[in-house]
Amino acid sequence: MKQSIFEIIENTEIALNVFKMSLNGDTADIRAGQFVNIKLEGLYLRRPISVCNVENDILTIIYKVVGNGTDKMKAMTAGQKLDILTGLGNGYDLSLSGENPVLLGGGVGVPPMYMLAKELIAQGKRVTAILGFNKKEEVFFEEEFKALGAETIVTTADGSYGVKGFVTDALKNIDYTYFYTCGPEPMLRAIYKATDTNGQFSFERRMGCGFGACMGCSCKTITGNKRICKEGPVIKKEDIIWED
Amino acid sequence: MGRLSVNLCGIELDNPIIPASGTFGFGYEFNEYYDINKLGTFSFKGTTKEPRFGNPTPRIAETPSGMLNAVGLQNPGVEKVISEELPKLKECFHKPVMANISGFSIDEYTYVCEKLDKEEQVGWLEVNISCPNVHGGGMSFGTDYKCAAEVTKAVKAVTTKPVIMKLSPNVTDIVSIAKACEDAGADAISLINTVMSMRIDLRTKKPLLKNVTGGLSGPAVFPLAVRMVYQVAKAVNVPVIGLGGVSSAEDVIELMLAGATAVEVGAANLVEPYACMNIIDSLPEVMDKYGINNLTDIIGGAL
Repeated sequence: MKQSIFEIIENTEIALNVFKMSLNGDTADIRAGQFVNIKLEGLYLRRPISVCNVENDILTIIYKVVGNGTDKMKAMTAGQKLDILTGLGNGYDLSLSGENPVLLGGGVGVPPMYMLAKELIAQGKRVTAILGFNKKEEVFFEEEFKALGAETIVTTADGSYGVKGFVTDALKNIDYTYFYTCGPEPMLRAIYKATDTNGQFSFERRMGCGFGACMGCSCKTITGNKRICKEGPVIKKEDIIWED
Repeated sequence: MGRLSVNLCGIELDNPIIPASGTFGFGYEFNEYYDINKLGTFSFKGTTKEPRFGNPTPRIAETPSGMLNAVGLQNPGVEKVISEELPKLKECFHKPVMANISGFSIDEYTYVCEKLDKEEQVGWLEVNISCPNVHGGGMSFGTDYKCAAEVTKAVKAVTTKPVIMKLSPNVTDIVSIAKACEDAGADAISLINTVMSMRIDLRTKKPLLKNVTGGLSGPAVFPLAVRMVYQVAKAVNVPVIGLGGVSSAEDVIELMLAGATAVEVGAANLVEPYACMNIIDSLPEVMDKYGINNLTDIIGGAL
């Protein structure tokens, strides 16, 4: 964990209610699958947001406006400064990917797949990305994944763009050695049931601190209790215990 | 003795700053961020006889100027605390630590206290009697003065270390409970634990916490802490440890004026990992500003 001040470079709407924010600051040691925790004026708890990408000193995050915190964030402009904790969570384990991993992102679960795809492709892996959305207006980052060199499939639940259905519908038709995923929990559960291949899931929870102190985000796993913010958010398929 | 030092039940603290139980794990995790030996001491994660996962999630919610938690005493159980957590702490922390203890019956309290009494590094036992759902007619130990006294007496019988009774603010007469603990042999009183509260999600129209209710902490409860510390400090002769929403050196001084000998910092650690360090570093300057030479001089200054 590192606490530092970042300066906003850009903050733009890239899809319906979805914003991309780029920030300049100390990005050392940020790994794919980790998150940052942002202090916002007037709100007590920090806001945990997944890392979309790091390029030199530039951190990119993508967030959907869903509540008080993200509502404040969307109004921010270039030049504003933010107090951010970085390097939080375990991140994805890239060593298990095999030669042809598939990455499945759902909604704002898509962003963490971007840095992961970039790093896997840099290692010479043949990456397939399945990006799931509800409808056409919510689709983002298709071109960005293609530009990395990932085989990119977009699904929409209402069929208004790409493959009609869920990411699991697209998953049926491809071959892969391993999977990585992030998205809403119903999607994660569907993927868990849909495949016999091993993989890693990234979970979301309401957090207090985001760095392991409060035990607010604990979950039970096969290998004992884990804090989503510290021993997670990425949990291997074989460790997962689904709670009701 | 420095300007910041205070004496808590016969043990000298370099400064009065104590991270509160439940916001600081078993300490060694925070040693990655700063040298925890700079603290007065800290109160470790509430420990029970059996291992506990705690309540289902979500068990954290935000409030104006604070937060709710319904973690429910997640901890590995006293045996593992002794065999796994305390050895890790010993490697990086070279001061007496405050052991925080919870239970669901008097037997559990005494069982855990007896075990932790034998641990050399434990300087004080802080006994949390503000935990709901304990046996005794569904009434929590900390909201009935007879039960509070009963736990105090039972714990005192199994330890020679100073016993600090940690009180709940969810009562109509805090003074009678504090006095009952003092009369039963408590060496100090700490207060306040969190304030029972709840929030409802307008979208789902259901409580935000799976547990329905949770404990409110953060700056929202600070004035309540000042009032209760003041009332208790006026009524008892044992030291009082003040806590509840403390976030700054000014807050520390205010609670000490209200009668606190030492001050615990809770929720602030969760939003500002360096909160305790920042408070300790800024204390001398704030003391200068208000013409305070030594912190011991101001304890109970407003009484």
